[in-house]
Amino acid sequence: MIMSDVTIIDYGSGNMLSVKRGFEYFGIMVEISSDPAKVKNAKKIVLPGVGAFPSAMQALYDRNLIKSIFDAANSNVPILGICLGMQLLMDKSTEFGDTNGLGLISGTVEKVIGNSGDGGTLKVPHIGWTPILKLGKKTNWEESILRNIRVGQSAYFAHSYVAKLKNKSDCLAISEYGDQGFPSVIRNRNITGCQFHPEKSGQVGLNILKAFCDK
Amino acid sequence: MIKNFRIIPRIDIKGVNVIKGIQMEGLRVMGDPSNLSEKYYQDGADELIFLDSVATLYGRNHLHPLIEKIAKNIFIPITVGGGIRSIEDVEELLMSGADKIAINTALVLNPNLITKVANRYGSQCLVVSIEAKKINDGLWEVYTNNGRERTNVMVSDWVRSVIQMGAGEILLTSVDKDGTEKGFDYDLVGMVTSISSVPVIASGGMGSAEDMIKVVEFSNADAIAVGAILHKNKLTINQMRKRAIELNFNLRSYDHE
Repeated sequence: MIMSDVTIIDYGSGNMLSVKRGFEYFGIMVEISSDPAKVKNAKKIVLPGVGAFPSAMQALYDRNLIKSIFDAANSNVPILGICLGMQLLMDKSTEFGDTNGLGLISGTVEKVIGNSGDGGTLKVPHIGWTPILKLGKKTNWEESILRNIRVGQSAYFAHSYVAKLKNKSDCLAISEYGDQGFPSVIRNRNITGCQFHPEKSGQVGLNILKAFCDK
Repeated sequence: MIKNFRIIPRIDIKGVNVIKGIQMEGLRVMGDPSNLSEKYYQDGADELIFLDSVATLYGRNHLHPLIEKIAKNIFIPITVGGGIRSIEDVEELLMSGADKIAINTALVLNPNLITKVANRYGSQCLVVSIEAKKINDGLWEVYTNNGRERTNVMVSDWVRSVIQMGAGEILLTSVDKDGTEKGFDYDLVGMVTSISSVPVIASGGMGSAEDMIKVVEFSNADAIAVGAILHKNKLTINQMRKRAIELNFNLRSYDHE
């Protein structure tokens, strides 16, 4: 049996098929699975996600997927969380009351609040294209999923919550909305997260998905 | 701070062909939706909107095969609307490849659907499509059925309601201006953006790049939907982007490859 290169976790989240198509564009073999055994033994894992944090965590729990994700994480399997999937990697979210996340990257998830810079408040959800930037000049994208893109290339975001990282070193890229910056790509060892949707970000996004597969 | 906004081609479909309504009556065939989609994607469109123009007349949305085909090669957000009546309709279109669903008539008839969709799939996938016709200065009425039926509901009230119920975005179309290429209804868009806490996509009437600039700068639109002038090739996405970048708007950075 030929193993898939990438396993997308199916926990009822809406954007699995789009993500699959993004990988298939490069001829990459993808499986979508809700089977804890398959997830645990996957070569690489993608955790997609749209919708609300608490019901997503509940869905993972109900499908017995949490232990598989932990096992994979501890076995150094590369894991990529997308949008809500990225947020689930963190310690907890304040959406609809505090809910614990997977705790694979330290920090919390909080609502987008802020000023638009011209006197108004920011529209929520944040929907649109915005550049992916480095937090500091020393940030190295070479060994990461961002190695095929250039600083300042844009990606498509659609979210109402943002990550607040405990450790700046986990911040691979930031983006701006109104008068604030927020983490757009986070990483801790084999665990990576994108707040934006690489499967919806044109060629830039496709290059990011490819880099995740090529590692 | 200069604004960030999105350029979204709007493709109205009747059968297999793209059509354009003038003030939502009278239809003209403009091209093949697959080809146009591909072209706009390559030209740097931020998203695409597909509306099944006759769905409400025929009872349901028929765009699934088209969306499936398009979603295989086009990796920007796709919004689909027209004749969507139930959560099952939403599910089917999302499975076909739509990222967002635009609903108008069904929500006016059954506002509970907004909360149902938002709770199941998230607000960011729900675009509430509002057709507005001017009654008087500062007053617009909500219309349904592609601008054919009045509702006696005021746009300002409806905007507040849908947001409260879970709308993620508003697609605002001026029935008066649609297809005229004489500019947007700037007052309408300005009114809605001032009361809306969610992004507003202005639609109906774009005739030039200057119209686009005006509706973003003065009416505070978060995005523009553009149809006829684009399909007729009177204006290109390149030209629109160029003009916006010249004026320092923050657009998606896009390299033509």
